[in-house]
Amino acid sequence: MVLPVLTFAQDTTAVVAKAVEAIVPAVAATPEPFISAGNTAWMIVATALVMLMTIPGLALFYGGLVRSKNILNVLMQCFILTAVISLEWVVFGYSNAFGSSTGFLAPYIGGFDWAFLNGIGINDVSPYYISQATERIPHLVFVLFQCMFAVITPALIIGAFAERIKFRGFLIFSVLWAIFVYNPVAHWVWSGDGWLFKLGALDFAGGTVVHINAGIAALVMAVMLGKRKLPNGQHITPPNNIPFVVIGAALLWFGWFGFNAGSGLAADGLAASAFLVTHIAAASAALSWALLDWIINKKPTVVGISTGAVAGLVAITPAAGFVGVGSAIIIGLLVSVFCFFMVSVVKGKLGYDDSLDAFGVHGIGGIWGAIATGLFASPLIQSAYSGAFAGNSKQLGIQLIAIVATIIYSGVLTVILFKIVEKTLGIRATDEEETAGLDITQHNEIAYNESE
Amino acid sequence: MKKIEAIVRKSKFEIVRKALHEADIDFLSWWEVKGQGTAKQGLIFRGVAYDVNTIDRVFISFVVRDINVEKSITAILKSAYTGESGDGRVFVTQIDQSIRIRTGDHGDESLYDKK
Repeated sequence: MVLPVLTFAQDTTAVVAKAVEAIVPAVAATPEPFISAGNTAWMIVATALVMLMTIPGLALFYGGLVRSKNILNVLMQCFILTAVISLEWVVFGYSNAFGSSTGFLAPYIGGFDWAFLNGIGINDVSPYYISQATERIPHLVFVLFQCMFAVITPALIIGAFAERIKFRGFLIFSVLWAIFVYNPVAHWVWSGDGWLFKLGALDFAGGTVVHINAGIAALVMAVMLGKRKLPNGQHITPPNNIPFVVIGAALLWFGWFGFNAGSGLAADGLAASAFLVTHIAAASAALSWALLDWIINKKPTVVGISTGAVAGLVAITPAAGFVGVGSAIIIGLLVSVFCFFMVSVVKGKLGYDDSLDAFGVHGIGGIWGAIATGLFASPLIQSAYSGAFAGNSKQLGIQLIAIVATIIYSGVLTVILFKIVEKTLGIRATDEEETAGLDITQHNEIAYNESE
Repeated sequence: MKKIEAIVRKSKFEIVRKALHEADIDFLSWWEVKGQGTAKQGLIFRGVAYDVNTIDRVFISFVVRDINVEKSITAILKSAYTGESGDGRVFVTQIDQSIRIRTGDHGDESLYDKK
């Protein structure tokens, strides 16, 4: 296969940018980009922080919420996705998501030029940057940073099918989903060729690409798999380890600093702003959920405040590089209202079993976050971007297009992939497996062995 | 010899234990149990109040000589009482035989410390 000549990296006149319009081309004396030690050091740490979000952050957050006979299954799902998606990413996933292709598919998916990271030297600068055009990071750090996003996105869906899925079916489904849903949507929004990027959709760290994407897939999976077989007509079971839920949520919050503040790809004022609003949105949302619990059910709950914090982090994700602290407070306070209502009222009425609220928190939170970005984006943060409240109501329309496109694509593809796996390998655990527990039936392991 | 069994609230257990000690009953076993009855324990999960019809209690069991049955029961009834639904029960059963493993004592001899 002949590889076309790549014009990235050192060619400053046609630089591909992530969520930033291509700047004025060929102005005199644009300096040659080089690897900045400060930006690189931060981005390596940010990458590690995002990995922390999947294992053990999400693993414990979800793991603590299920019944003890199923916790190992959840932990295993997170762990194996970290392993297998990382491999998929470097073999061809990165190339499909962030590379280029030619022809009519170019706005929808990249090619295989960077398969096995072919052509990316260890000292090459990243072709993607946000605020720092000259002082960049190594391309390979960008690859790995994005890898962690690709890992956590299918892991989020675990929340929808927890406690009733066969392991092999889950694994094949998740890998196919990563290839056919995550990679294209990432390409649409974050690649310089992507059609949503060119449309001007704003998604700083993955509200659409990660949260709406996984959230809709979660809803579809929950509906298609059907409800868990719970005793006594219940539709809720008590979490087996709420301290784990708290540890998981705290690790998610901590790791999210890498997720959001790292999405500026540099250690500068933009990163500082993203860092700040991420924290403030999480704090606002945590408080908001605790207050809702307190008012509506008379007692503030630990699972509630942890969920609120996560919802706030989800909502601020697309907006992190575009909004100020005041907007972050509003975004955080409101996301808990929407998500609380969704999981406590709507879910029960509609009767689907999204066991760990992957749609209720990530889907709804992501949708609100993407809309909020269209409302609150402020040129005071990045001068090129403004939202409806700054006078640019067109941005809101663009955000809605991105939201709807992601919902439709993710929804339809998830149905298709589910059907394929169901017909070939089987995906739903049998009643016996579900009752005995997935830990023992899928892994021959018991989580808590208290005999000694 | 009689076996005394009691199901009491977790919050009352240490008080019951102390009352039994004051009645010179110092040999007993207990375990934490789940059960159901008229008392309810509501829970909350992400904004939804629900009830799994399960409550936590402590189940106490010990065997005493006939002379000590009355005061054992009285000690438990007084210390475990709150007046709210869910205080529990005391059961008394006849025991046919009791043997101390270390010495081989039978019957009443096995049920008290020989000073």
